[in-house]
Amino acid sequence: MKELTAGTQGITGNRVIRIIYTVNIFMLVLTGFGQMPIYKRYYMSDIPGFSWLANFLTTRYVHYLVAVLLLALVAYIGMDYLVLKRKDREITATGYVRIALLAGIVFTGILFVIKNFPPYIFSPNFIIFLNLSHLGFVMAFLLVSLFCVVVKKKWTTSR
Amino acid sequence: MFLKGGLAAAGSLAAATLPASAAELKDDKQQLATLIDIGKCVGCEACVDACSEINSHKFADPEKPFPKMYPARAKVSDWSDKQDVNDRLTPYNWLFIQHATVDVNGEETELTIPRRCMHCVNPPCVKLCPWGAAKQLKNGISRIDAEICLGGSKCNKVCPWGIPQRQTGVGLYLDILPSFAGNGVMYKCDRCYDRVAGGDLPACIEACPEDVQTIGPRDEIIKKAHNLANEINGYIYGEHENGGTNTIYVSPVPFEALNKSIEKGNGKPGLDPIHDTMADANNLAAAMVIAPLAGLAAAVGKFYTLTKEDK
Repeated sequence: MKELTAGTQGITGNRVIRIIYTVNIFMLVLTGFGQMPIYKRYYMSDIPGFSWLANFLTTRYVHYLVAVLLLALVAYIGMDYLVLKRKDREITATGYVRIALLAGIVFTGILFVIKNFPPYIFSPNFIIFLNLSHLGFVMAFLLVSLFCVVVKKKWTTSR
Repeated sequence: MFLKGGLAAAGSLAAATLPASAAELKDDKQQLATLIDIGKCVGCEACVDACSEINSHKFADPEKPFPKMYPARAKVSDWSDKQDVNDRLTPYNWLFIQHATVDVNGEETELTIPRRCMHCVNPPCVKLCPWGAAKQLKNGISRIDAEICLGGSKCNKVCPWGIPQRQTGVGLYLDILPSFAGNGVMYKCDRCYDRVAGGDLPACIEACPEDVQTIGPRDEIIKKAHNLANEINGYIYGEHENGGTNTIYVSPVPFEALNKSIEKGNGKPGLDPIHDTMADANNLAAAMVIAPLAGLAAAVGKFYTLTKEDK
């Protein structure tokens, strides 16, 4: 089974997957923050090619699109790890933290998607909680990810 | 005016219904809608005055001078010295009368149309508010909580009719970073949610001398609107616009004609056909269900490919 584990240096060991993941997270953050009325006020949408950032319905649509990709990616990487890589690699402590935060983002994101269907689904107070927790998970995930990049912490390590 | 009286009479026959009972109004488990019979409206503005009077305690009392805004692009929006303006929507005027001069049965007639928040079934202002300051109640009322609104005006941008209006110098943003984030509070019709909760009619409905508006469970109001439209050979607006609203207009002339005639702009909503703005992204939800399955299938496929090559 040597080939089965060849080139599996970790969850983001595959260069293509790593690039897709990075672009995906960047787009999610870009469009996610675009749900707040800040890009027009702070001239971001004046940058050539970024005028679409001022349109809330467009940023929401793109956010959904990249969320679709994230869900596919998370499922692929998760299954890939469980089936092929778990034998040789184990998830690091910072990996577990990032997985937990990502799970929080995905879970609250799914609730967001449900909420946006008609009519009244969640109570106003729960929606406030949802807004704050989704943003909180994202901020924590970005901070932990930045820390991991700086101190070169990987998602997984050799067993 | 004679023709208008005739239209009103026809309308009153068709929609001769008692207002919703107090019990119906207090029942918060079903969406309540209003039927606005344009043919009955005489443009007396009793509803406009009643709205301002009953809701005056909700209006902003801004602190001046306003915080300096950065960057300069963020403009203050101050209506506090123009509270009497009633020919458009403002933070101090949540309902106004729109005028349209149209051809009714070959005669040029002026129709008057009460305009306020449509209270969408799936309101973008509520669903897309980044803080949850805009709230939808179970009875279909959407309202903005002035205690927590930061005045970013996103609700105005995502509303197909641009209904919510901003007043600077009031609200939570003053306690956070007033120069850099937020810009006041957004205001709009809350269909007198507090009165309705107590079993009372919204002020505009109660004050109307012509019984232009009827309120009741949405399905009943839709039925009444269709009956009325059939009787006067009229037209309906609001049933399907933006995915459906809780404000159903019935007009003796096509809304296209009304839309051409009314004055439109900031605080003066149009009567365009509006597609379901929330549905565009909502339609991607199916892809969100399929996406993880596709990811799992790809990983399993990779496993089998590698296993096959290994053999």
